[in-house]
Amino acid sequence: MVDVAIFDYGAGNIFSLKTALEKNDANVDIITSFDQSKKYDGLLLPGVGNFDPAIRSIRDYSALGFHDFVKEKIPVLGICLGMEMFFQQSQEGKEKGLDVMNGEVILLPNDMKIPHMGWNSLEITKDSKILEGIENDSWVYFVHSYRAKPDNEDIIVASADYGIKVPAVVEDKLFFGTQFHPEKSGKVGSLMIKNFLRVCSK
Amino acid sequence: MVLTKRIIPCLDVANGRVVKGLNFESIKDAGDPVQLAEKYSNEGADELVFLDITASSEQRETIKSLVKKIAEVIDIPFTVGGGVKSLQHARDILLNGADKVAINTGAVKNPEVITELMELFGKQCVVVAIDSRRNYNIEKGKNIFSENGKQFWFEVFIYGGKKGTGLDVIDWSKKIEELGAGEILLTSIDRDGTKDGYDILLTNEIVHAVGIPVIASGGCGKPEDMIDVFKNTEVNAALAASIFHYETHSVNRVKELIQENNIPVRY
Repeated sequence: MVDVAIFDYGAGNIFSLKTALEKNDANVDIITSFDQSKKYDGLLLPGVGNFDPAIRSIRDYSALGFHDFVKEKIPVLGICLGMEMFFQQSQEGKEKGLDVMNGEVILLPNDMKIPHMGWNSLEITKDSKILEGIENDSWVYFVHSYRAKPDNEDIIVASADYGIKVPAVVEDKLFFGTQFHPEKSGKVGSLMIKNFLRVCSK
Repeated sequence: MVLTKRIIPCLDVANGRVVKGLNFESIKDAGDPVQLAEKYSNEGADELVFLDITASSEQRETIKSLVKKIAEVIDIPFTVGGGVKSLQHARDILLNGADKVAINTGAVKNPEVITELMELFGKQCVVVAIDSRRNYNIEKGKNIFSENGKQFWFEVFIYGGKKGTGLDVIDWSKKIEELGAGEILLTSIDRDGTKDGYDILLTNEIVHAVGIPVIASGGCGKPEDMIDVFKNTEVNAALAASIFHYETHSVNRVKELIQENNIPVRY
């Protein structure tokens, strides 16, 4: 069994993510601090909440920091806000991000309905461990007001077309980020979760 | 591909069963909520809305466990509403597996709760449900429309469509957007249960009044009604209940028909 932890910022539905992981045979703990005696094979940063409070909940209540917990050994899946936190900063807040990816998070153009909410298709541009078996143009569910703007576009492995191209999946070493919600994206999303768990089990 | 239009089956639940009424009244049984939710999710529904139409305080624990059971069997977004008045109540619902909370009477009675919810859970969790009915008593300061030679304005109704508030639906929509709502679930009481089609006039007005997504609801009797509302308004989603409940049309089939009419849907 793969042991993974979901970090709970205390801001909404993580039950669906937990259920989706358990359906793919993972052992799931919900943690609110990195001070854990148990060793985990993977970490998930869920996609509900606001940037500043979420960053503070990660930074302020653990003796062990995020970087020491992960140590570049544990795969991390950041979903939506979780992915946005990988970057250096976000227009949603004032706090510094986790800074594992270079770049910033910016507001979507205001000529579209915000929050951007609904199903869009993925344009897969690169091979990625978490996109194994996923077909180009697969449908996934987005709900967000901000988008990533990485300094290095090579980390973008899939995008979505909103009129402008929005990074949908980013991958750098053991950090995986999805702007959409795999746990809300039907069978396609479930396959991505399975792929992530396979990375964790290695 | 642009963002697709969302097709949302709605489960109106009373005493643990899915029910369907006409103009918010005369209710009839339509099945088990967990079974229907799973069926719709597997058939390609884009989201689900679950409304507890009894919404009494004694039922809160029952609803919590029902929400959890539904969240366990579906893998699409899920909105829960009905009698939500407090932050604590909303939190209970979200922590049991709902992605969004719909708030209606509670928002009219205490508009600050919209802002509080938004600050705690984010805009995307906060759906304000608005029940609208034409009022033919013309009042100063309202947005006046006319149809078949009669003048009227759209009034916000609460308590399951039973009580008028004197609020103009267009003004109220703008207000809740300012307060932090992330989406509007717009139900036309005039059309609800009639199967005469969505309220195109009302829907158009609200879509243009706000910058947040709008879900059209009330009056859908056949797939063509969905095609009609997507062709004639820029609404983001269409909600329906009875056309799905009684096996008249599967979600798949409805989406196929919509797509044949060149409206982008996930299929």
